[in-house]
Amino acid sequence: MPFKALKYGDDISTDLIIAGKYTKSLNVQDLAEHAMEDLDPDFKAKAKDGAVVVCGKYFGCGSSREQAPVALMAAGVKAVAAKSFARIFYRNAINIGLPLLECDTDGIDDGDILDFKAGDDFVLNVTKHARIPVRPMPEIMVRILDAGGVVPFLKKHGRF
Amino acid sequence: MPGSTLAEKILSTHAAKRARAGDIVVCTIDLVMGHDANGPMAIKAFENMGGKAVYDPDKVVFVLDHMAPAPYERAANLQALVTRFSEDQGTHCFGIGQGVCHQVLPEHGFAKPGTLILGSDSHTCTYGAFGAFATGAGATDIAAALFTGQNWFKVPETVRIELDGDLAPGSSAKDVILHVIGAIGADGGNYMSFEFYGPWLNRISQADHMTIANMVVEMGCKCGFICHANLGIAADPDAQYRDIIRFDLAKVEPGVAKPHTVDNYAPVSEVAGLPVQQGVIGSCTNGRIEDLRIAASILKGKQIAKGVRFLITPASRRVFLQAVEEGLVTTLIEAGAVFFTPGCGVCVGTHGGVPADGDTVIATTNRNFKGRMGNNKASIYLASPATVAASMLTGVITDPRTITQEVGDAL
Repeated sequence: MPFKALKYGDDISTDLIIAGKYTKSLNVQDLAEHAMEDLDPDFKAKAKDGAVVVCGKYFGCGSSREQAPVALMAAGVKAVAAKSFARIFYRNAINIGLPLLECDTDGIDDGDILDFKAGDDFVLNVTKHARIPVRPMPEIMVRILDAGGVVPFLKKHGRF
Repeated sequence: MPGSTLAEKILSTHAAKRARAGDIVVCTIDLVMGHDANGPMAIKAFENMGGKAVYDPDKVVFVLDHMAPAPYERAANLQALVTRFSEDQGTHCFGIGQGVCHQVLPEHGFAKPGTLILGSDSHTCTYGAFGAFATGAGATDIAAALFTGQNWFKVPETVRIELDGDLAPGSSAKDVILHVIGAIGADGGNYMSFEFYGPWLNRISQADHMTIANMVVEMGCKCGFICHANLGIAADPDAQYRDIIRFDLAKVEPGVAKPHTVDNYAPVSEVAGLPVQQGVIGSCTNGRIEDLRIAASILKGKQIAKGVRFLITPASRRVFLQAVEEGLVTTLIEAGAVFFTPGCGVCVGTHGGVPADGDTVIATTNRNFKGRMGNNKASIYLASPATVAASMLTGVITDPRTITQEVGDAL
């Protein structure tokens, strides 16, 4: 599915994705309200019809708060593309079924249209007619993402 | 076949097969910790998985620390949800005021060498000071562990950090770890395990071990181990390391992490003189009795500078009581400090001590990201307890070595 890229920088922390003061809710829409707001006050409007967040290195560093990928997903984010991800964010995103595209993001500009399929080893930059290789995930994560996350995965299989 | 690093050794015993760096293994977990910030989401995921009873209630600990006591009704209801779940399931639970999870668990004997611990907090790596493979995870991973007693792990590569020599007076374990993070970078240890070695580790306190282990996640590490003589577990002599990095402790000065990243290191001397509006001593990094003693030794019989706010959160009820018994609380309150309930609130920006727009904060905590303390228009410098206390005395960032000799001798 093609979606537009929303481009940000390096080292985006989970505090920037959603501040600690807003994480105290189990209602995903409450979380979505504040996704990325310290970084981009217009994020909510830009993401609501579907978007791919595109960043540099080490996206999602810091706190283990799963509210970070949950807030992005609830805000309309369909995938995050970055040169690298912090370890806990990487697991959290896949665990809730949010696809991650670990790839060279230098050739993607804000507003470019990206087309991808979760689990594919490439992403298409439709605007720039470029095919960008995506680093493969461990097989267990592919299976978890295919299932739609760890909850449906364990519901089905009962164990890892 | 070469020997095992500590990470390989512990994951091997919990996977019941040889685990080598890069392998993906499913491991049985010895202890699952959840707190009030991420625990509720884990409980919800557990129930969505079809979970009825946790795999072993004696291996599950909840701690109410991130918003204690609750600042508003949503937080109160989430804490009530955790308390109810814990009571229904018969798990351990430490209520409000008991302290920060990473202080409370070791105090109650939950952090043991050779064990595998999964916690809903990124600073779970603190238990590496006690020889545990301990790592932070998100709510759904915690739920999976509650549900199955297991989770999957990618076995991390290991870097050896060799700390040579000894520290000069005035420098502390916090200065060492800030220096190391500055050199290695915020993502320099992503996915890795770090093992710290050196004779200095045998001379410092358990509190210092915890300060160092606590901050390995600020380099992206999955876990870290403080390999002192009494750790209770050791890597094999022929274990394979990704890298060996040496540091000369004699060169470690009192340091800070400048805004807004933890690896933005500078010696205190470089930023000395910058006015601060707030100082914070507390958190799982530096809220222990040793830290409060340092602050009290610097501020005894003195007053903090006019116009600064000095906030102290003892890391646990035990630490708080000890500080009361030693007279440190009186000393610090008389000097102008404000005390908070043991917990995480100030550090994580949940409640208490939110800085104003444009404020500069100097804190013994572990993160200085924009917005961390609840205001994205404030700047946070991370430093040692001595540097924070010295800065409270003067109202500007101050190298603790530059204050009186009498105080210097006490450090």
